[in-house]
Amino acid sequence: MSLVDDLVVLRPEGLYCPPGDFYIDPWRPVERAVITHAHADHARVGHAHYLAAAPGEGVLSARLGAVDLQTLAYGAAIDHFGVRVSLHPAGHVLGSAQVRLEHRGQVWVASGDYFVAGAADDPIEANATCAPFEPVRCDCFITESTFGLPVYRWAPQRELFASIDAWWAANAAAGRASLLLGYSFGKAQRILAGVDAGIGPIAVHGAVETLNAAYRAAGVALPPTRLLTELADKADLKRALVIAPPSVQGSAWTRRLGDYSDAFASGWMQLRGARRRRSVDRGFVLSDHADWPGLQRAIRASGASRVIVTHGYESVMVRWLAEQGLQASAFSTEYGDEQEARTEASEAAAAPEANR
Amino acid sequence: MKAFARLFDELDASTATGAKVEALKRYFASAPATDAAWAVYFLAGGKPRQVVPTALLRALACERAGIAPWLFDEAYQAVGDLAETIAHVLPPAAVPSDVGLAEWVEQRLLPLRGTEPLAQAERVAQYWDELDAGGRFLLTKLIGGGFRVGVSKLLVQRALAEVAGIDPKLVAQRMMGYTDAKQMPSAARYAQLLAAAGEHSPGDSGQPYPFFLSHQLDLPLAEFDAKLGPPTDWLVEWKYDGIRAQVVKRAGRVWVWSRGEELVTERFPEIVALAQALPDGSVLDGEVVVWKDGGLGSFNLLQQRISRKTLTKKVLGDAPVGFIAYDLLEWAGVDRRAQPQVERRQLLEAALAHAPGLQLSPLEQRAGWAELAQLRESSRERGVEGFMLKHREARYGTGRTKAEGTWWKWKIEPLRVDAVLIYAQAGHGRRASVYTDYTFAVWNRTPRDAAEAHDAIEAIAPRAVPQPDALQLVAFAKAYSGLTDEEFRRIDRVIRATTLEKFGPVRSVRPTLVFELGFEGINRSPRHKSGIAVRFPRMLRIRDDKPLAEADTLQTLEALLGAR
Repeated sequence: MSLVDDLVVLRPEGLYCPPGDFYIDPWRPVERAVITHAHADHARVGHAHYLAAAPGEGVLSARLGAVDLQTLAYGAAIDHFGVRVSLHPAGHVLGSAQVRLEHRGQVWVASGDYFVAGAADDPIEANATCAPFEPVRCDCFITESTFGLPVYRWAPQRELFASIDAWWAANAAAGRASLLLGYSFGKAQRILAGVDAGIGPIAVHGAVETLNAAYRAAGVALPPTRLLTELADKADLKRALVIAPPSVQGSAWTRRLGDYSDAFASGWMQLRGARRRRSVDRGFVLSDHADWPGLQRAIRASGASRVIVTHGYESVMVRWLAEQGLQASAFSTEYGDEQEARTEASEAAAAPEANR
Repeated sequence: MKAFARLFDELDASTATGAKVEALKRYFASAPATDAAWAVYFLAGGKPRQVVPTALLRALACERAGIAPWLFDEAYQAVGDLAETIAHVLPPAAVPSDVGLAEWVEQRLLPLRGTEPLAQAERVAQYWDELDAGGRFLLTKLIGGGFRVGVSKLLVQRALAEVAGIDPKLVAQRMMGYTDAKQMPSAARYAQLLAAAGEHSPGDSGQPYPFFLSHQLDLPLAEFDAKLGPPTDWLVEWKYDGIRAQVVKRAGRVWVWSRGEELVTERFPEIVALAQALPDGSVLDGEVVVWKDGGLGSFNLLQQRISRKTLTKKVLGDAPVGFIAYDLLEWAGVDRRAQPQVERRQLLEAALAHAPGLQLSPLEQRAGWAELAQLRESSRERGVEGFMLKHREARYGTGRTKAEGTWWKWKIEPLRVDAVLIYAQAGHGRRASVYTDYTFAVWNRTPRDAAEAHDAIEAIAPRAVPQPDALQLVAFAKAYSGLTDEEFRRIDRVIRATTLEKFGPVRSVRPTLVFELGFEGINRSPRHKSGIAVRFPRMLRIRDDKPLAEADTLQTLEALLGAR
C-alpha cells in the first residue's frame, strides 16, 4: 500500500483525508472538519464547516457556540468527493464517534477517543451516558493510546461505583460533604449516572450543570442535581455529593463546603504516584478511555491489518502491535496531553479539561 | 491479608494524623493477635530479608501476564515501583482467598527463602492468583523486602496505647527492639505490648529505651540570648558524626542497640568489652565512632568498618571503634529519664568512672553565644558537625517530641558549590514519571568567558571528542532533594524541553540550569570520575541568576578538600 493511497495522512493542520479534502479533529483552522467529539482538544473553534454525530449537537454547541455544523445520525453516510463518510459510536462521551471512510474499496476508521466496556458482553459495563462503542471492520484503524500500557486495566464498574457510594455514605454518616472532582464534560455525567442517588442530595458546579442540561436535552437520564449555591440547608450539604471540575481544588469555591472529604475520578488514579501527587483523600479509577485490554480488543475487532497509533503511549503500542504481526506506525498529533507532558497535565489542578 | 491491605490503603490515602490513628485503632481492635503482631512489625519498619530475588519476580510477572520484558520495563518506567507494576500487569485473581497476615508470613513467605527458584516461582504465582491488585502489591513488597508505609512509629504507638488504655510512652519502650530480626513477632509479644502498666518490665532483658531526637536550630546568632537565654542554661557538647547507639548493661550482659532498633552488639566487640565494667542496671546513650590513637576517626573509616561482615584482625586494627557517652537513661536499675539533664550528666560521669575506657562527651563552656559560635567554626577540623545544645532542665523524651524539653542541633553551615545539571532520571513513588534525580557537574577549569562556556556546551550534543585541554563539564554529584514540588515540576519541564539523548531511564540535557548544592563533607575518591566524593549532597536553591560560565570548577572542590 503506497502512501498516495492512504485515506488519512498527517498534515500540520491535523489528520487529513486527501481524496475527500477534509480534516478529522484538526488543531489549526481549516475549511472542513469532521469532529469525533466535543472535548476541547478535538473540537476547536475557527473551522469554516463542521460535521459531527447528531447526538453530540447539543454539547458541541454548548462548547463551540454558533458554528456551521452539519450532523449525521450514527451509521448514516454521506458522500464527499467520492469518499463515503459515516460516524459510529465510540462510547467516550455523548455524541462521540469513530469516523469511517470508504474510498475505492478501502476502509479506514479514525477512532478519536473511545471507551470499550471492561467485560465485553456486559451492558452494565458500558458507558451509561452515551451509545456504546461499536466495532467497525476496516483495513486501517487509527487508534488512540491514552492508557496504552498493561498496568491500565479497569475494575468492573459496579465495583467502582460501589466504592464511590461507600465513600459518600461514610462521609454522609460522619456529617461531611463529599467533593468528587472530575472533568465537567463526560466524567461528571458518568458519575451522576452511576452513583446511588438515594444516599443524599447531589450538588454540582456551574460548569457541570451546563453540560448536564445538554445531556438531559439529548435524553440521557441523570439524577436530579442542584447548583451548590442552591443547596441552602447546611444539613443537606453535610450529606451531599458535590461534583466539580478539578480546577476547584484548593480554590475559594470549596470554602462553602465546610468540612468535606475530597476525591478525584480519573483513569490516572490507577497509580499510587498519581494519587499521591493529587493529594486528595481518595482516587477513583474511572476513565472514559479504553484500558489496555480494551485497546487490544477494539483493535482486534476492527479486523484491521494496519494500525496507526495516536496520542498516548504511541511507541509502546506500535512495538507491541508489530510483535502481533500487524503493520503499525504512529501519528504525532496535538490531542490530549502528549506523552512527555502527561505528568504535568494529569497533575496540574488548573489543567484545561482535556480528554481524560 | 485483606484487612491489612485495607489498613494500608487507608494509611496511604490519608495525610491527616487523626484519620491514620483511627484506621490503626480500627485494625488493632478487630485483627487477631497473631496477625496484629506482624502488622506492628511491618508498620514499625520491620523488614524480613528479601526472600525471592527481584529478577525472578520480574520474569515471573512477565510470564503470568503474557507480556515481553521490554513491555514490562516500559510499564515500570511509568509506574516507578516494581511491586505496583507487577500488581497491575497480572490478570485478575482466579482463586480469591482471605488468608490472615500471620499465616501469609509464617506459613507462606518465610519458607520461600532458600527454596529452589522453580518451586519459588510456582508458589509465588499461586499466591498472586489469590489476591486483588492491592493484596498483590503488599505481598510483592513483603516478598521483596521493600515494604514501607506513610505512618510514623509514634502514631502506631499512640493507636496501640489507645486500644489498650495505657501510656504511649510505655508502648514505645516495650516496642524497642520489636522489629529486630532475631525474634519473630508473635501473639505473646503483641500481648506484652498491650499489657497493663507494671505487668511487664524490661528489667532482665536487653531492652533499650526509645531514643530522644534533636531538632535543627535555625536562629540568627543575635536572637540566641532572647530565645534560648544565657549559655549557662545549657549543656553544650560537640555533635559527633557517628552511629547513635544505646549501651545496655544488665544481668551481667551487654547489649548495643542502634537508633534503627537493630541489635548490633556483635559488630562492636570493643564496646562490649569496655562496657562490661559498668554495674548492672546501666543504660548509656551516645555515639559509636572510630577511635584511633586516642582520637576521633573519620566517618569514612566508620563506614568502611560497618560495611565489613566479618571482623578480621585487620578490620579491627584499621578501624577500632569507641563509644562517646552523652546521656544516662538508667542507673542502678532505675529509669532516670524524668530527671533533669544536668542530674543525668552527674550520674553519667559517675557511671563512666566504673568504665574508664568509654569516652565522656566533653562539655564546652564559654562566656556567651558569640564565643561559642566562634568555637563552632573549628567543627570541621575536629571532624564533628557542630554543637548539641541540651537544656539543663530537659528530661529525656521519646522520639522527636518537644514536650519533655528540647535538644537542639546547632550544625555548621554546609559546604556550597554552584553546579550545572547535566543528567536527569525520573524518581520513584510519588515522583514516578517526574524528573527529580539529577547529576551535577562543575567545569574542569574556569571558563575564559561566556563564549568559551557556550562552545563547550554546544560540543556536548554532537558528542565531539574534546581536546585534552578543552573546557568541559565533569560530573561530581547526584542529588534529588531540596526542591519544592513546584520547583521540581518546573525543572521537569526544562529537562523534557532540553533533552539531548535518552539512555534507558536517564536523559542527558543541554545544560541550562545552575544549582547551589550543599553537602556535609568532601573526600577524595578514585571511584568517581571527578576524583571527589561529597557527603549528603542536596539542592539548596536554583541559581537562575547565575550564568553557566560562572558555575564552580574542580579547583573550587580541590580548595574545599584542602580546607578540611
